[in-house]
Amino acid sequence: MKVTQGTFSFLPELTDEQIKAQIEYALDQGWAVNVEYTDDPHPRNTYWEMWGLPMFDLRDPVGVMEEVQACRDAHPNHYIRVGAFDSTRGWETLRLSFIVNRPEREPGFRLVRQEVDGRQIRYTIESYAVTGNPEGERYGD
Amino acid sequence: MSETLKGAERYKAGVIPYAKMGYWEADYEPKPTDIIALFRISPQEGVDPIEAAAAVAGESSTATWTVVWTDRLTAADLYRAKAYKVDAVPGAEGQYFAYIAYDYDLFEEGSIANLTASIIGNVFGFKALKSLRLEDMYFPPAYLKTFQGPATGIVAERERLDKYGRPLLGATTKPKLGLSARNYGRVVYEALKGGLDFVKDDENINSQPFMKWRERYLYCMEAVNRASAATGEVKGHYLNVTAGTMEEMIRRAEFAKELGSVIIMIDLIVGYTAIQSMAKWCYDNDMILHLHRAGHGTYTRQKTHGISFRVICKWMRMAGVDHIHAGTVVGKLEGDPNMVQGFYDVLREPYLHKNLQQGIFFDQDWASLKKVMPVASGGIHAGQMHQLLHYLGEDVILQFGGGTIGHPDGIEAGATANRVAVEAMIQARNEGRDIMNEGPEILQEAARWCSPLGVALDLWKDITFDYASTDTGDYVPTETPGS
Repeated sequence: MKVTQGTFSFLPELTDEQIKAQIEYALDQGWAVNVEYTDDPHPRNTYWEMWGLPMFDLRDPVGVMEEVQACRDAHPNHYIRVGAFDSTRGWETLRLSFIVNRPEREPGFRLVRQEVDGRQIRYTIESYAVTGNPEGERYGD
Repeated sequence: MSETLKGAERYKAGVIPYAKMGYWEADYEPKPTDIIALFRISPQEGVDPIEAAAAVAGESSTATWTVVWTDRLTAADLYRAKAYKVDAVPGAEGQYFAYIAYDYDLFEEGSIANLTASIIGNVFGFKALKSLRLEDMYFPPAYLKTFQGPATGIVAERERLDKYGRPLLGATTKPKLGLSARNYGRVVYEALKGGLDFVKDDENINSQPFMKWRERYLYCMEAVNRASAATGEVKGHYLNVTAGTMEEMIRRAEFAKELGSVIIMIDLIVGYTAIQSMAKWCYDNDMILHLHRAGHGTYTRQKTHGISFRVICKWMRMAGVDHIHAGTVVGKLEGDPNMVQGFYDVLREPYLHKNLQQGIFFDQDWASLKKVMPVASGGIHAGQMHQLLHYLGEDVILQFGGGTIGHPDGIEAGATANRVAVEAMIQARNEGRDIMNEGPEILQEAARWCSPLGVALDLWKDITFDYASTDTGDYVPTETPGS
C-alpha cells in the first residue's frame, strides 16, 4: 500500500526540482516552512518529530532543500514531510503539507475490529510496521 | 418628501402614511450598532417607493396599519426601524433598493429565529408591494459576538482531517434512494479508498423503508474505517441526521458519535432553530456539521422576490454550520460566477469589502466568527478541475457524485481520477502555471500516467451546463474611460 497523507500523495513521487517549486510557492506566500519525520504514520499521529524549528527566517528554497536532504540522510527509511505555516490572523495553521520521503516498503495498516454490544464494532487502526517494533526499528533503518 | 409628524399630531387616532410615522428618515446615519437590511422592493403601480420602503421598515419593526397610543409608553423613536435610502435599481424599472436600519435592541441575542421573525416575518405578503427581496444584511460585531458561529470552522476541520493545501473531495452516494445499507456502504468504501476524503448522504436519505438509519450508519462506518486503514488517511461520511423531531435528530447524532464519525449532516429545511441546536451539539461533541441547502431554490433564485442566497450564507455562518452547498459556477445548478464568488467570500472571509458586482452591499467585519467551508456539488467532473479551482479557490469541498460513481471502470477509479486531477492542478498552480489556459493540457499530462483520469476526461469532455443564470448582479463593472 501507499500512505496517501499530504497534498500530493496521488502523484508520482515528486522530484527535488518539483519539491523546490512547492517550497518556493510557500515562501512566496510568506509562510514558514518546516521539515518533520516519523516512523509511525498512523492517520491520527499529529506530532511527527521536528527536524529543527520552522525556518521562519529562511527565504531561500535551496536552503530548505538542504534541510530536506539532511533529514533524508539521517532517516532514509522514515516518512518525511514538508509543512508550510501561515501566521495570518484567522489562519494560524498549516496551509500546505506534503510527503517528500517514504520507506521503501509500506506494509500499511490492519483494521482491528472489536465486537461489542449488539452489532456495533469498535474500530482501531494498527500499523503492521509499528506494532511490536520500537521507534527507529520499524522500517529497517 | 415626507416629513415625520411629531407629538400629538403623530399620535392622533387613525391611519397616516408610514413615511410620516417615522419609518422614513432621509438624513438618518446608521449607528455602528445598527443592523441594516437591504431590500429590493417593487411597489404596486402608483405607490411611492419611499412610502413602500417606510412600510417595510414599519411592518418589520414596531408598526401596525393604524396609529396606536401605546407607542407612547415606549422608546418608540429608538425601536422604529428607519428606511434611510431608496435607490432605483440600475436597468430595472419599478424596482428600488431600500436600506433599512434597525436598533440592535430589537433582536434577541444569538437567535436567527428572532432575527428572521422580524426581518422576513410579515412583510413579504404586503399588498402594497408586487414583490420583495431581501438582498443583503449588515451585522455589527456587537451582535455577531452573541452567536457561536461554525462549530468547527475551516482551520480546525483541516487540522482534524490532516488535509491541507487543496480542495477536499467528496461524493454523494448514488442512486440517492433505494440502496440497501450493505450496498450503500460499498459505494462509500470504494469512493474513499479511491481517493475521496468524504462521501455524503443525500438530502432525502433519512430512514426510509429500504434503508433504516441505524443500518446505514453501521455499514457506512465499516466502510469509513476500512478505507482509512487502506490509505492511512482520515476519512469521513456525512451521516444525515435529519428527522421529524429535534429529539430524533439528537438521538441519531449521538449514535453517529458513538460509532466514531467525524461528521454529521442536516438539511436546511429543518429550520433555523434546529440548525442552531445541532451546531451547538456539534461544538460540544467535536463534530463537523454539514448543511445541505435543500429547499433554498424556492426563495433564492428569482431576483424580484424572496431572499438572496448571500443572506442565507450570512445567517448560516452565524447559526454555526461548518459546510454549506454554495454553488459550482460550472455545474448543473443555478450560479452566476460573480454571485457565487460573493457567496464564497461571505462564508470564508474574515472581513468583507463592499463589492456591488458580486452582490456584496456592505463592508462586514465578521468579528472572528470562524470560516464556513463552501461545498460545490451538482454536475461537476474532473475535466473542469482548472475552472473549479480558478472560480472557487482551494478552501472548498468539490463533490463529484455522478463524476465518481458514473466512471466506466468503477467507483474507485472515478475517485482516483478526481484526486489525481485536483493534486495535479494544485501542483501546477503552485508552480506558477496559468491553469485557466493550460488546464486541459495539465489534465492530459496527468492522464498519461493515470488511466482512470484519461477515461474520465474522454467520457465527460463535452459536458457543460451553459444556461443563463436568473440570479445575477445588478451592477456591471464600469469601463475605465480610454482603456
